[in-house]
Amino acid sequence: MEFLHFDPATDFKLLLAVPLIPLTGYLIQIFFGRKLPRKGDWLLTTGMFVTMMITLLLFAKALYHAYTGHGDDGHATPFWHHSSEAGMTWSWLFQDSEAPNSPLNLTVGILYDGLGASMLAVVGVVSFFVHLFSMGYMKGDHRYHIFFANISLFTVAMLGLVLSDNILFLFVFWEVMGLMSYLLIGHFSHDPKSHRITQAAAACKKAFLTTRIGDCCLFIGFMMFYLHYQTFSFDGLWQATTQDVMVNGWQSWQTTAGLFLFGGTVGKSAQFPLHIWLPDAMEGPTPVSAMIHAATMVAAGVFLLGRLYPVLSPDVLTVITGVGALTAIFAATIGMTVFDIKGVLAYSTISQLGFMVAGIGTGGLGLIAGLFHMVTHAFFKACLFLSAGSVIHGCHHEQDMRKMGGLRKKMPVTFMCMLVCTLAISGIPLFSGFYSKDKIVQSTIMTNELGGTWASSFAGIALPLAASITAFYMFRLIFMTFFGQPRDKHVNDHAHESPLPMTIALTCLAILGMFAGQFWLSNLDIMGSHPTWFETLLGVSHDYTNLSGLYPGVELQNTYVGLDAAKVEAVSHHAHSSAVVLSLSVASLGIILAMLMYLFKRLDPAKFTETFAPIYRTVLNKYYIDEFANKTVIRGSMVLSAVLKWFDGFIVDGIVLSVGRINKALGFFAAWFDKTFIDGLVNLVGAVSNGLGAALRLLQTGRIQQYVSFAVGGGLLTAAWLILS
Amino acid sequence: MALGAYVAVSAALFALGLVTIAARRNILYVLFGIEMILNAANINFVAFNRFNGDGMDGRMFAIFVIILAAAEAAVALAIVLNVYHLFGSTKPSDADLLRE
Repeated sequence: MEFLHFDPATDFKLLLAVPLIPLTGYLIQIFFGRKLPRKGDWLLTTGMFVTMMITLLLFAKALYHAYTGHGDDGHATPFWHHSSEAGMTWSWLFQDSEAPNSPLNLTVGILYDGLGASMLAVVGVVSFFVHLFSMGYMKGDHRYHIFFANISLFTVAMLGLVLSDNILFLFVFWEVMGLMSYLLIGHFSHDPKSHRITQAAAACKKAFLTTRIGDCCLFIGFMMFYLHYQTFSFDGLWQATTQDVMVNGWQSWQTTAGLFLFGGTVGKSAQFPLHIWLPDAMEGPTPVSAMIHAATMVAAGVFLLGRLYPVLSPDVLTVITGVGALTAIFAATIGMTVFDIKGVLAYSTISQLGFMVAGIGTGGLGLIAGLFHMVTHAFFKACLFLSAGSVIHGCHHEQDMRKMGGLRKKMPVTFMCMLVCTLAISGIPLFSGFYSKDKIVQSTIMTNELGGTWASSFAGIALPLAASITAFYMFRLIFMTFFGQPRDKHVNDHAHESPLPMTIALTCLAILGMFAGQFWLSNLDIMGSHPTWFETLLGVSHDYTNLSGLYPGVELQNTYVGLDAAKVEAVSHHAHSSAVVLSLSVASLGIILAMLMYLFKRLDPAKFTETFAPIYRTVLNKYYIDEFANKTVIRGSMVLSAVLKWFDGFIVDGIVLSVGRINKALGFFAAWFDKTFIDGLVNLVGAVSNGLGAALRLLQTGRIQQYVSFAVGGGLLTAAWLILS
Repeated sequence: MALGAYVAVSAALFALGLVTIAARRNILYVLFGIEMILNAANINFVAFNRFNGDGMDGRMFAIFVIILAAAEAAVALAIVLNVYHLFGSTKPSDADLLRE
């Protein structure tokens, strides 16, 4: 097993190749894609395959280290590497050689730890399968080559974000990802047949602008930290903050900056109230939705929280928990009322992101669980989206679930994949989602028992409820789409299984969605009471007070502060049994309800909607958040811009114009003065010379006699004057 | 003979020359007038040398003036020839190209 040892010298070169391979592919594709055979899709897909294999190899090395790499004292040494070990650091701009220790001299490197390893593998795998799936799904699109180029750069941005060792570079890739999401959501913004601008144009604009609010917050947040600690590197921020807090305690600016940092997550990971862009992003092609919802974009926000966890103050964590729990329950309720197959998945994503964020907010175990849920969710959500894409493809771009039904026989592979992933997202044991979601619930129970906050109490109620609703609406989707009688004969008659590249992608992702939770039940640990592979990889076993595998050498100041490790462990064991019972019962409750309503038709959903008509209408209209945003933010901006326009047109232009007028008047005066006085003076000199010349010319007659008489006369006068005086 | 007689002749010759220059229109007469004035000066030089000086200075000046007058007459006559050739006249008042 020698080849599985992580060797910084060679492996960091491989890590550098990970984003560079698809980036090269992108550059070739964007310039020559149209001319390449098959419009270049094979090139980028092959490139992504190589990238995926590299990420998997490096992931295997990390895992091998985690399971075997014990130090002298028998404790696992955490898997945590920085590219400076291989001498690979690069100087960024503005290097001041005169002041080598200036904080402006930014050095950039690669950070590769357990979290990065698993995230990198997730991005590599999901991106490759999305590429593969797109080869079938996007066939015949008139901007096929551009689509592949963009999705490739999208992947590059996420890979770079995961690998960067400092927040500034993370932010750069974060922004590149924002741009690519804009381009990809707007891929169908122009209809080549009717030459009209479609809804996708509005959707991509909305996504871009909404996430921009979060990006501004993130920028403000990390610049506040930079102002205080003069560092962008994650390691530096962790150390500086925890040491500062150990001496001075948490200060209010750290809470403020932490809230701003969380603002970045709220925008990117679609948390309440900036979640509004995500459902609209469904206008993009389905593979893009799979990318955005699984491996990239929304995962970036959660990943950011994972990277910056040590700098977040307990108050910020409380807010994070509250916002996450609210998002989870809130999006889940909307998910029950949506009829668009992709719409259901969109709201389920928001809801699951709420789970992750709420989990991270509870800290310790919850942080691990939230990040773990990000990993497992990436696989099953990618699979769910691609399955939905396969259904839409098979039904000739019909997205309304009310027109589907009975597709089980027509699309058996899609059905099986979707069922597996639905079980995973619903939290059924053996399927990956259970192990991560269960731990989030466990963490909220734990936090509440150890003395929780209002937010963790709220999360303790909201999250199991949301889990139950998740199971309900996901099975509603399955039953409406694949079971029962065909509701629309036309759609059903033409339905067909998708081509091979798509089904291969689906199957592989479904397998991962099933097995990513436990590696695979080595000790028949169905209920997940032992640490999962993810916890082992991060170097956390039972002692959740010590997260040194994730943040080496950092004494966390915001998690289980002042609590005994043994007590935390005892509570966690106790919470685990409650969580398993709770998770299982809520999940089965949701599934049974969905069965009664949509499979056996014992309960009529229409009756419920009638009974609770006002509530139903509110939820159906997504709590009027969009309307609220329209009325307040957008209308407010409009009014503000109208006022500003008036101010501009009247006051500013008025000032500018009157300054102009004054200048013009001054100019007239100056011109008059010039003409009258300056020109007059010059003319006067001329006129005097002229007149003098004319007078003197009278003397110059050219008559010799006259000259002689003047000379003699002059001589006589001189003589007379000499004699007389 | 006293010095006053010489000076009187010289003054008379000077006055005659001056009048000739002032009164005559023909340029040749003007030249004659100039010759008379120069010779009036010569008389003065010689006379004063004879009565006051003890060297040859006055006489030498007179000889210089005669040579100078000869040169001047040569140049002036050449000019007069050219002027006559150009204007068909020997009157200075007819050579008026520089006048406005």
